[in-house]
Amino acid sequence: MKAFAELLDRLVLTPQRNAKIRLLADYFRAAPDPDRGYALAAIAGTLSLATVKPAMIRDLLLERMDEVLFRYSYDYVGDLAETVSLVWEPPAGVAPSDIRLSDAIETLQATGRANVRSVVRDMLDRLDTSARFAFLKLVTGGLRIGVSAKLAKQALAEMGGKDVSEIETLWHGLAPPYSPLFQWLAGEAGKPVLSTPAVFHSVMLATPVGEGDLDELDPRDFAAEWKWDGIRVQLANIGGTRRLYSRSGDEISGAFPDVLEAADFSGIIDGELLVGGTARTNRATRTFSDLQQRLNRKTVSRKMLDEYPAFIRAYDVLFSGETDVRAEGFLARRALLSDLVERASPQHFDLSPLVPFSSWEELDRLRSDPPDPVIEGIMLKRLDSPYTAGRAKGPWFKWKRAPFNVDAVLMYAQRGHGKRSSYYSDFTFGVWTEIDGAETLVPVGKAYFGFTDAELEILDRFVRDNTTERFGPVRAVRAAPDFGFVVEVAFEGLNRSTRHKSGVAMRFPRIARLRQDKLPREADRLDTLQAMIESRS
Amino acid sequence: MKPDALLYPAPKGLYCEIGDFYIDPVQPVDRALITHGHSDHARAGHGQVLATRETLDIMRIRYGDGFCGTSQAVALGQTIVVNGVEVRFHPAGHVLGSAQISVAAKGTHIVVSGDYKRRRDPTCLPFEPVPCDVFITEATFGLPVFHHPDDRAEMHKLLTSLKQFPERTHVVGAYALGKAQRVIALLREQGYDRPIYIHGALQKLCDYYRGEGIDLGEIRPATLAADEKQDFAGTVVIGPPAAFADRWARRFVDPLAIFASGWMMIRQRAKQRGVELPLVISDHCDWPELTQTIREVGPSEVWVTHGREEALVRWCELEGIAARPLHLVGYDDEGE
Repeated sequence: MKAFAELLDRLVLTPQRNAKIRLLADYFRAAPDPDRGYALAAIAGTLSLATVKPAMIRDLLLERMDEVLFRYSYDYVGDLAETVSLVWEPPAGVAPSDIRLSDAIETLQATGRANVRSVVRDMLDRLDTSARFAFLKLVTGGLRIGVSAKLAKQALAEMGGKDVSEIETLWHGLAPPYSPLFQWLAGEAGKPVLSTPAVFHSVMLATPVGEGDLDELDPRDFAAEWKWDGIRVQLANIGGTRRLYSRSGDEISGAFPDVLEAADFSGIIDGELLVGGTARTNRATRTFSDLQQRLNRKTVSRKMLDEYPAFIRAYDVLFSGETDVRAEGFLARRALLSDLVERASPQHFDLSPLVPFSSWEELDRLRSDPPDPVIEGIMLKRLDSPYTAGRAKGPWFKWKRAPFNVDAVLMYAQRGHGKRSSYYSDFTFGVWTEIDGAETLVPVGKAYFGFTDAELEILDRFVRDNTTERFGPVRAVRAAPDFGFVVEVAFEGLNRSTRHKSGVAMRFPRIARLRQDKLPREADRLDTLQAMIESRS
Repeated sequence: MKPDALLYPAPKGLYCEIGDFYIDPVQPVDRALITHGHSDHARAGHGQVLATRETLDIMRIRYGDGFCGTSQAVALGQTIVVNGVEVRFHPAGHVLGSAQISVAAKGTHIVVSGDYKRRRDPTCLPFEPVPCDVFITEATFGLPVFHHPDDRAEMHKLLTSLKQFPERTHVVGAYALGKAQRVIALLREQGYDRPIYIHGALQKLCDYYRGEGIDLGEIRPATLAADEKQDFAGTVVIGPPAAFADRWARRFVDPLAIFASGWMMIRQRAKQRGVELPLVISDHCDWPELTQTIREVGPSEVWVTHGREEALVRWCELEGIAARPLHLVGYDDEGE
């Protein structure tokens, strides 16, 4: 447990993605099986463990601690698991003796309801402070260490010198404690062979169209499709097993029973998950905000299904029946896909239409003014391209519509991490609105990139010279109608938000330009942003 | 006599009326007895100052020669009499020169611990329990959550990180007096023999510690000449905690923020400060050491000063020891 606990302690405080990957990969290399497999499961959220209620942990503690002293401690620390891990004192004579992570988990899995209390108490007595914390987080459910399943897979790839798509492809055929996977990654055994069907296949990704990328290319070699603003999914029905996966291979079947039930064809397709009506039912596609109502749910109510019906706009086919067709060209696959969609439920499936064009200039015009608000750009696919995993440059391009822009006023700044730890580099900005008759700035977003190093120097200097208040690592800066710092913020879209005071949340905001030529009073108003949401729904 | 006739809290600090002196006063007074050199305890501008030789030296380094009217160095264990009050200094184990001050008159004996710790520290003498009627203890880490781990295990974390991230500068925040030198000495004990780089604010105190015979190994200033291109990758740099938010830190390549403090026990504290590698190294007692010290000293009464008084008073209550908080103001119970 000690090594796992140390890993968690480091991950919680490490902001950089690459540093997290290194910490994880080093741990996976050093820890034995099956401990590392359980650690992976805990981090990736695939560990099944009956959880213990926080009230029981508190009870166990109060068996041996004064309640007043506990209250002082808990008030100070603020987190129950952390408080208990710190104040817990083993009875005299019980020396700490590390418990293997796998032993702890397997013991808990084998323990009945009646004995949980004494098993947990015994383990708390034997573990040291840091291991106690890790253990309490495990048994109360939810590590919250800022590591996604995707990042954990990246670390596995790093550990074994493999491509992450190989891990993603295997992932759903494997289960904790993943020993065959680790043995393969460590070079001690061959690649695991999967017996389960309907396993995720790594998706094909596009590269953005860069400056001059299209100059040498012939428009006649490419097909164009709209890029829809939903989430990219893979739907599999192989041997009667149906599964829906996100782009990174996370299974999301539970949230979309309507789509799964309708998938009565055999094969694997690639498409955009959206809500609203399909083109075949002649009803409108709805916005990403509406789709969000359906995301990240384990179960979904009847009402949700009625109000936010989901469907798939099909882009591609990987398996037709049991036959792998990924090596076929785009046009051949599209013919198969068209057949398949034709026979599928009209309410749940339609075919992503092709966009006819004859020159790049024409396509550029279409891109800037798409016919549907739920379109975020154009996809370009080489007619002869096979379906290949990953993001190779050449066969597929994405060409996004221009971002939205607003002028906003800098309100708060926070110090960055790593290379930027001595810079105020995370900025919260706001726009004007009238509250109780007074012109007030309300925060609408936060951005920590988009600027150059030289621009960061300017922003940092402004923050240091114009701080009005400090809240821990955050500084409030002067922001009045006639004095302050205006930035042009670019973003991909707006969602309604109940979490933000302004009621709007930006997607992918970044600082596009510094507008030292503008006064804060000239910055945009909240009405402008609200109108952007209205126009899209 | 009753203990609070011998020593009581006054606006300028803890006051002994019979002896007419203050202990660690927070404003200028005629006569001050100083426990140790940290700036919230040792302030400039008093008339007469009594302290250990090391504490007087440290005050001179920090405030200059005119830091007080007259000064008198008191040897540890030596009894001096101030207006009929017997005063003795005993080691407190907090930083170099730190002392507890024992005050006795008319059959009543009070020990003012100042700041103290019980752990071994290669840079100062260990705390010495002194039996007394009233023990005045600090309570900086006076909550049952504080269990400071072994120093060596903490230093090991730093050494592991140096191996794991050899391309990053390991920048350690540590208070200039005591903590910085202790971190350096602990690193040396662990066999780390590469040069350690320090912020300018640490230079004089590190020189002083070395002059006192404390081995700190090779120390270099973390400064760059105008034409120098050194990037400090893979080195250990030590500076005062505030310096890391400062432009000073920009000279380091991809700095990894470390903070050596007892507060680092609490994850949220570390996170809030942007610390990536917390090192729980404290110059104060943790909870078990505070309670163990009270048992060992065995006073009939405990007075609790700066820190989390209420929890320690509660503990004494549960143990059947008379205790009360002193509510002294002006001490920095966060600086560690």
